[in-house]
Amino acid sequence: MSEIDLSQFLERTDLSKDLRDLSKEEKEALLRAGIEPEGKGRSGSFFMCDHKVSECSVKQEGLEVLPIQVALERYGLEDYLWRALDPERDLFTKRAEEHLEGGYFIRAFSGAKVLFPLQACLYISVDRLAQDIHNIIIAEEGAELHVITGCTTSPHVRSGLHVGVSEFYVKKGAKLIFTMVHNWPEEMVVRPRTAVIVEEGGVYISNYICLLPAKDIQAYPTAYLRGPGAIATFQSVLLARKGSLMDLGSRAVLEAPDTRAEIISRSVSTGGTIIARGHLVGKAPRVKGHLECRGLLLSSEGVIHAVPELEARAEEVEMSHEAAVGKIAREELEYLMARGLTQEEATSLIVKGFLSMDIGGLPEALKYELDAIIAQTKDAL
Amino acid sequence: MGELLKVEGLHVEVGEKEVLSGVNLEIGWGEVHALFGPNGSGKTTLICAIFGFEGYRITQGRVLFQGEDITHLTPYEKARRGLGLSFQRPPVIRGLKLKQLAEICAKQDGKLIEEYAKRLNLTEHLERELNVGFSGGEMKRAELFLLLLQDPLMVFLDEPESGVDLENIALVGQAINRLLGRKVEPESERPIKELLRERRKSALIITHTGHILDYVEADQGHVLLGGKIVCRGNPREILHTIKEYGYEECYRCFRR
Repeated sequence: MSEIDLSQFLERTDLSKDLRDLSKEEKEALLRAGIEPEGKGRSGSFFMCDHKVSECSVKQEGLEVLPIQVALERYGLEDYLWRALDPERDLFTKRAEEHLEGGYFIRAFSGAKVLFPLQACLYISVDRLAQDIHNIIIAEEGAELHVITGCTTSPHVRSGLHVGVSEFYVKKGAKLIFTMVHNWPEEMVVRPRTAVIVEEGGVYISNYICLLPAKDIQAYPTAYLRGPGAIATFQSVLLARKGSLMDLGSRAVLEAPDTRAEIISRSVSTGGTIIARGHLVGKAPRVKGHLECRGLLLSSEGVIHAVPELEARAEEVEMSHEAAVGKIAREELEYLMARGLTQEEATSLIVKGFLSMDIGGLPEALKYELDAIIAQTKDAL
Repeated sequence: MGELLKVEGLHVEVGEKEVLSGVNLEIGWGEVHALFGPNGSGKTTLICAIFGFEGYRITQGRVLFQGEDITHLTPYEKARRGLGLSFQRPPVIRGLKLKQLAEICAKQDGKLIEEYAKRLNLTEHLERELNVGFSGGEMKRAELFLLLLQDPLMVFLDEPESGVDLENIALVGQAINRLLGRKVEPESERPIKELLRERRKSALIITHTGHILDYVEADQGHVLLGGKIVCRGNPREILHTIKEYGYEECYRCFRR
């Protein structure tokens, strides 16, 4: 991992905007990150611009959204703050502890079934700004919710630092779907630090989509399956353009019997470097895990390095992985060309197919964005 | 009517090895030709070279289609001119639904897609990824389904019956006849006799077993041996000889 000079970033700004003050262009940037500026089809919205929370609303009972500082004052959060992650872990968790500038606290109360997704946007409007975030999501017993987090910047922002600590707690029989979209400018440095604790019978589903990567992004979100029968699924869709370094993985630690985990990633490089990691740790009997890493290299300048790891530490652990990295198969291209498609059309169809995963609840605007970006990959060939 | 496809003295190398050493072939408008030959004789190579696939290097000779030299065009340009191919082993393409490709081949004609899918027992397959988990027979039916939508002038069918069970082989035969305009519906105002007379679509069928010829009437047969076409004639007679005496007889006859 490259050394990051943190002194290049601004620690403060007075220029932050409200959601309603955003220009049309900026609102479009939000849509592309899965955020609906008017909050349509959402059960609630959280909007944080730079270091300031300007919107925090819920439309459904059984759901609570607060700025993290407010939640800290109100609830103390001793059982949740730095309980899944250790602030001493690295430079970035340390920063997030020292500089807490905001973040969300989201809770679905016991038994609440939240129909529409709740959206949270972490937005940067000032160039070279450092943003340090701490997020907590709690799905109480039997609750179900879907949180879409979109992280992006104003179109004029070129560089910055985004540090996001996220601690999620999925209680007994609860279900949390967490969809995160990262759309970054080319000079951005991004360090998410995520840990999830899943109790008995709980389900955690993570969808991570990063098609506009930063200069340097590194993350290894980890789910700890603490209660029997807990399930975690990680799905990631990554696209690295020239000049970007993405070191991204997902880890599931299966600590209780009969837990299950699945990690799936699809990586495409049009010239950047992707290190696609995955790690399953089986620590209890009768756990099952599967890891699937697929990479498609569209430019010989790019690098895709798949690092799947399986670690069995108990009896009757059933874990497997498949990893495949390569260029587009010539025979697939020719097959489609013989059906009347140009090479460019055939390539984009194959790439689109490769990246398409059945991601439930993906916002429409995001699907269009996915298509548009895939169409652009043709230019990189 | 003159020939639709003409292959002149085609030499093709795969890797360092010459696989075809001067193939001559003429297929007229509306004609169906069967191509026989033992394993490794170069039947698939001939098709791949005609289509211009990578790795099949044409060192001599040329391919004419409707009088135009298409030898060095890309597969896409050939498809656009009216060449179509049913692959012997079509690839699996993940994330691409059969329906998506069908829509591209049919240029969005949704009605035809439904109709042909139904005829070929593929309605359930439309939402599935192309060839993912398809049986051999399902792949072959999907190939013909896409070709029907593509509607080419000249089709190359590389072992269209291999892997197809007996139940479905008649279905495959019907699809080929429909593709070639040899099976028409009596719904038109004009007599069938007249419609059939107008058929102008041609085919080259590679067949190992010859089963497909029970359903599709071939006009001419060719035997490919040692990189050359060594025999031409009545396809039924050729097939009968091969079945009875094996390709040994072809070698013997050719050497004579």
